[in-house]
Amino acid sequence: MSEKKYWQNFGERSSSESSRKLAENEFQEDLPMESFDSKGLLDVKTPRRDFLKYLGYSTAAATLAASCKVPVRKVVPYLNKPDNMIPGVADYYATTYVSGGDAISIVAKVRDGRPIKLEGNELSGITQGGTSARMQASVLDLYDTARLRYPVQMVNGLPQEVTSFEAFDKLVSQSMAAQTGSVVLLTGTITSPTSNQIISEFLAKYPGSRHVQYDADSFSGMLQANEAAYGKRAIPSYRFDIAKVIVSLGADFLGTWLSPVEFARQYAKGRKINEQAPEMNRHYQFESLLSMTGANADERFTHKPSETGAVALALLAALGGNVTAPAISEKLKAAVAKTAKDLAAAKGKALVISGSNDMYVQLVVNAINEAVGANGTTITWSAPLLTRQGVDAEFATLVDDMNSGKIGSLLIYDANPAYDYYDAKKFKIGLEKVKTSVSFNGRLDETSELCKYVLPSPHFLERWGDTQAKPGYVSLIQPVIAPLFLTRPYEDSLMKWSGNTLSYDEFFKKYWEDKLGGLEAYEKALQDGVLESKTDAGTGAGATYNASKLGDAATAIGSKKGSDLELALYMQVSMGTGAQANNPWLLELPDPITRGAWDNYAMVSPKFFKDNYDIDLSDAHQADHFEVHPERPVIKIKANGKETSIPVVPVPGTAEGVIAIAVGYGRESADPKKTAAFIGRAVPGAGRNAYPFATSNGTTVDWSATGASFEKTNEEYQIAFSQTHNSYEGRTSVIKEMNLEEFIKDPNEVLEEREKELKNFGGIANYEKEGTLYGYYDKPGIHWGMSIDLNSCTGCGACVIACHAENNVSVVGKNEVMRFHDMHWLRIDRYFTGNYADPDSVQTIFQPMLCQHCDNAPCENVCPVSATNHSSEGLNQMVYNRCIGTRYCANNCPFKVRRFNWADYNQADSFPNNQDQHGVGALNESVLMMSDDLTRMVLNPDVTVRSRGVMEKCSFCVQRLQDGKLKAKKADRPLLDMQDVRTSCQQACPTEAIVFGNINDSKSAIVKERVNNQHRVYHVLEELHVLPNITYLAKVRNPESEAKA
Amino acid sequence: MHHYRPRALRISYSFLLTTVILLFGNLSMAQDGKALFQSNCASCHNPIKVLTGPALKGVTSRVPDQKLLHAWIHNNAAVLASGNKYFNDLYVQFSKTPMSTFPGLSDAEIDAILKYIETYPEPGPASGKNNPNPEQAPASDNSLLYGILTLILAVIMLILMQVNSNLKKLSDDKSGVPSSDPVPFYKNKAYIALIVLVLFVLGGYYLVQAAVGLGRQQNYQPVQPIFFSHKVHPGTNQISCLYCHGGAWDSKHAGVPSLNVCMNCHAAINDYKGEPLHREDGTVVDANAEIQKLYSYTGYDPASGKYTEPGKQIEWVKIHSLPDFVYFNHSQHIRAGKVQCQTCHGNITQMNEVKQFAELSMGWCINCHRTTKVNFPDGKGNGNKFYGIYEKFHQDLKSGKMDSVTVENIGGTECYKCHY
Repeated sequence: MSEKKYWQNFGERSSSESSRKLAENEFQEDLPMESFDSKGLLDVKTPRRDFLKYLGYSTAAATLAASCKVPVRKVVPYLNKPDNMIPGVADYYATTYVSGGDAISIVAKVRDGRPIKLEGNELSGITQGGTSARMQASVLDLYDTARLRYPVQMVNGLPQEVTSFEAFDKLVSQSMAAQTGSVVLLTGTITSPTSNQIISEFLAKYPGSRHVQYDADSFSGMLQANEAAYGKRAIPSYRFDIAKVIVSLGADFLGTWLSPVEFARQYAKGRKINEQAPEMNRHYQFESLLSMTGANADERFTHKPSETGAVALALLAALGGNVTAPAISEKLKAAVAKTAKDLAAAKGKALVISGSNDMYVQLVVNAINEAVGANGTTITWSAPLLTRQGVDAEFATLVDDMNSGKIGSLLIYDANPAYDYYDAKKFKIGLEKVKTSVSFNGRLDETSELCKYVLPSPHFLERWGDTQAKPGYVSLIQPVIAPLFLTRPYEDSLMKWSGNTLSYDEFFKKYWEDKLGGLEAYEKALQDGVLESKTDAGTGAGATYNASKLGDAATAIGSKKGSDLELALYMQVSMGTGAQANNPWLLELPDPITRGAWDNYAMVSPKFFKDNYDIDLSDAHQADHFEVHPERPVIKIKANGKETSIPVVPVPGTAEGVIAIAVGYGRESADPKKTAAFIGRAVPGAGRNAYPFATSNGTTVDWSATGASFEKTNEEYQIAFSQTHNSYEGRTSVIKEMNLEEFIKDPNEVLEEREKELKNFGGIANYEKEGTLYGYYDKPGIHWGMSIDLNSCTGCGACVIACHAENNVSVVGKNEVMRFHDMHWLRIDRYFTGNYADPDSVQTIFQPMLCQHCDNAPCENVCPVSATNHSSEGLNQMVYNRCIGTRYCANNCPFKVRRFNWADYNQADSFPNNQDQHGVGALNESVLMMSDDLTRMVLNPDVTVRSRGVMEKCSFCVQRLQDGKLKAKKADRPLLDMQDVRTSCQQACPTEAIVFGNINDSKSAIVKERVNNQHRVYHVLEELHVLPNITYLAKVRNPESEAKA
Repeated sequence: MHHYRPRALRISYSFLLTTVILLFGNLSMAQDGKALFQSNCASCHNPIKVLTGPALKGVTSRVPDQKLLHAWIHNNAAVLASGNKYFNDLYVQFSKTPMSTFPGLSDAEIDAILKYIETYPEPGPASGKNNPNPEQAPASDNSLLYGILTLILAVIMLILMQVNSNLKKLSDDKSGVPSSDPVPFYKNKAYIALIVLVLFVLGGYYLVQAAVGLGRQQNYQPVQPIFFSHKVHPGTNQISCLYCHGGAWDSKHAGVPSLNVCMNCHAAINDYKGEPLHREDGTVVDANAEIQKLYSYTGYDPASGKYTEPGKQIEWVKIHSLPDFVYFNHSQHIRAGKVQCQTCHGNITQMNEVKQFAELSMGWCINCHRTTKVNFPDGKGNGNKFYGIYEKFHQDLKSGKMDSVTVENIGGTECYKCHY
């Protein structure tokens, strides 16, 4: 076992005074009594009398409340009940999550007519049931209060309702007919076969019209490079599962790059370890900032964004390519040589990808992939990915045309360039000049509010449709709820305005019935949600490589100049491009690397801090101020003529001389005061817009900028980090990690370590009974257990949001997160190890942490009212209606997984005056938004909504356990492992890192997981004899061995 | 006086304590019998009314042999087979409807049931009308008795203490010991403390009882928008409960039927020809007018047989309500537990206007979970195969350590079964 030191924050690393104090006082919280000022309770004028007054008042109030009559409740049945629905029973419909070009096949859980939870569709050949945080959270967008509720005409920047679709059609048709310029349809990437047909019919009706696709996270460079090298303007399919060596040049393929759910599952296949023949893929990451993917890498090297091409060229040269690479540092050279050696050895089983949007870099990457034999093995052209088709040059031409007045009518759907285009200003000016501008976006976003007419399209859960992420992989969209508002799919408008008399719904049905040959096949396809013909997928031919443009690429890269300080833009796994910016679940999801929520910030290296603020983060005293308080210094960044003020955050693993900022934040209406009404109540104050810092290299948009400079300011800004919450008080047996080489040499390392630790208490075998004074209790029947594989967990956060949705976990808002009141039942702890001064040496480990359901739970012993106790199935039960809020249990939990309802987060107090949350601990607008009657429709009716003053925590999704058992009992059969019962986090995980089941059943997957991985199994804090029912599998990394290298 | 006062207090404390313990002990015993009766017997029997089975009050005098009675309750088929004349006659008299067997009830439990039945109050001349809550009568009977006894003893104690102090004063006077002026008893601190204590205990008891009862509404019988008689529908006409409350089979909610279910029959049936129906207050109901109300809600025109008006929903008054933090699933009890509707909803086929039969308190739920047997596999192919996983119980059953498995044994009284 490695003797590494793991740390979650700088204070913990140096065991600073404040950090220790923080851990000591973790649960101390002063009473929020403003009137006492700072004098303390005993020094105020009449504390005793006040106390008696309060006592008397509350007694009287309680008496009054108690003497009230039980209210008369009404029960109103259907007038005419639909045949196939039973109140109280959930129905599941297969449909598809779409956002931008992304498409994930899902199954929507619909309870009493309301979709309340989205799950992955296991029939999908692409995602295979995997999900992402954004997909899990998208059900909340359906109930977003800021959605536009009817068609509007914009007059002086204010929406005026158009009362019917007919009136709207008339307005727009007249306006379009009056224009002489051409008609342009501007959309995000459209993968839908039916929509594409409707679009081409529409374009045929309007001569001179065209369709422009635009992606905020553009893959234009790759599309153009592939066109030059393979003659196909397409993105191939990647096979991470069969790759033995994976090299990513700045591509965050597990978090945000292209098709992360698909890739994460493939990648995890190569990371899971078979103990009989241990083997795993090796993952090299070259990048400028610490991305979630980089955190999972075996070997990680940092460089400046401007050096991306140079690194690629050097790699190609090292692999025998006939190119000359620009000079790079010695360190990088060694790294490239090491990587090239490994790549060459794994020929045919190697894969190199790049996150760059520069055509020339992608051309070099293509050449590398040719050199390592990836084409046809780990890269296949038979079924190219269609989810990104936007070409930056086409959009730039459109913006030019708009500015020169050539465009008469512009129809926009699923695109928001006024926010996420690098030169949004130019786009906005151009849009002003377009006489007829129509937006079909679902809300009055930055683009829509500048259009003349807006007809909102329904949310994807309210509409029909289809997607085709790859040829031969169709996923159908069906409505699971009637449209909440007066919305109409944009396809309907296109059909109406091109003279088609059918509605889109009819067209859709006819299209697929004709294609599939009848109603029966159509209904079967809807039921499955996916249509995958293996023949279609296989027919596409391979691609022949053409190296003619490689020389140009080498020249272009060679002439690229770097600077001392460079700017890199990236996407967070939660926020992405910012399309779901009004989603409090996503806003509150801590970033996997920084553990910060509700904001973006400038990530810099610790050295940057030392140089500019003279704060040495290795010094206990200096790190303190920094870690314990949420305030961060604000700097003013300037790059390519734009500037913005933004707080800086030191993150180990960030390349020297790089400032990294996440896009997707800082959305704002033209009139900032209208942001809350137009874009959403959670949006104002959430970060700053980083898109303006992107640059164009003439053909494509580049998410980096050279020649950046910054100025220090005297301002400070608070950021809600949860990295200093939940301290383990210096206990260390939390993370176990080793290298593959060590593991093969001595697989018993973890076992021996555990055995040594437990030797005095009976060893592993007898520890349960001999290590304690307490009695032993039987678990007859079912005993629930969970296993989490740290090797498979990528830190993506899908489980956290799935838990939110399933268990009605409250959103607490930024203010409350800063006060340590975050409420996530499941959190993903992030640990750093290595020398933080050397960004290449920093390694990261993610550990999902939730209630461990200890069989000898320390929380249970200390509850004065027995509100938390143990079930015979091994569950640590938490009974809300019995809890009186002493918080002893949270104080006594070594894992810090208990969450207390400090405030009335759900606005459920019966006394309206108590709902006023404007004193100490004011709740953010985003929290109040979650209590809107519309938003509340997302709540799971099987789970109690907790009130102020009670403790809560992970229940192992007990409502699902009960439901699964009942299903088996009703069917008169034993419980089916992994089918009847799955927890929400387990179901959400794209990498199958979580296994759950009955450990009394020797044939169950959980027992097999523990037996097959017996050399890696461990409990967190096992020495405390709390006997957790969750086991972890130790992390194994696979770096190049020192000896061989 | 000094050395008497504490002792007097101590005596009165113990008196009070004994009284309270007796009072509560008695209460809990009677309540257990009541709960057992309701969960096991009430679907067919009433102590004073003939239902599916005979009225049970007086059964201990009709069958003086206690052993025989126990044997009958445990396994009536065996007693019938033995040829006992009394029970065979009864069997014929109740049209040979077999009684369920209760092998799991212990002798103590049967005694508790019998005690409850025998203490059940006789029907008064107004047949319960003056006494709307007969179930609580036995408990209050006893407490009244104990109350009177306590009162008498307390008065005797007071008199004795007064006499004692007078005597002491006399003797003190005689022996010349100076003594303070006599304190009248209403100023005597000992008495005041005693009275305060009694008031506190009584007040506390009633306060707790009232608080526990908050939100509970046993016997709640609101007036509904349409006089829908369960006595007519499932009673006289023998319509299955699940025909209308089909949700009970599949869902947590039994559900109130949608109006199209009503119209399945009432599109044709628009004339009530049965016995006259009465409200609780004795007034006669015009049944046909009630059917017309249904038509006006659904917008149905019986003359043309068509729906001519837009329908509107009926706002029924909800009778059975559980708090939001309780998860209850009808289908679990009906399909997995095989519980009869009447066990919790009472003799619904006799109710013109539905009233809440059970207390729907947590104690009531738990009592049933403690005594109800699980449909455990017996190794001969009977029983729910789900329980195959409980290997330990199977061994214990085989070895005779357990005679049956109750809901409690499989965790049916744990918090996470109903609260999450």
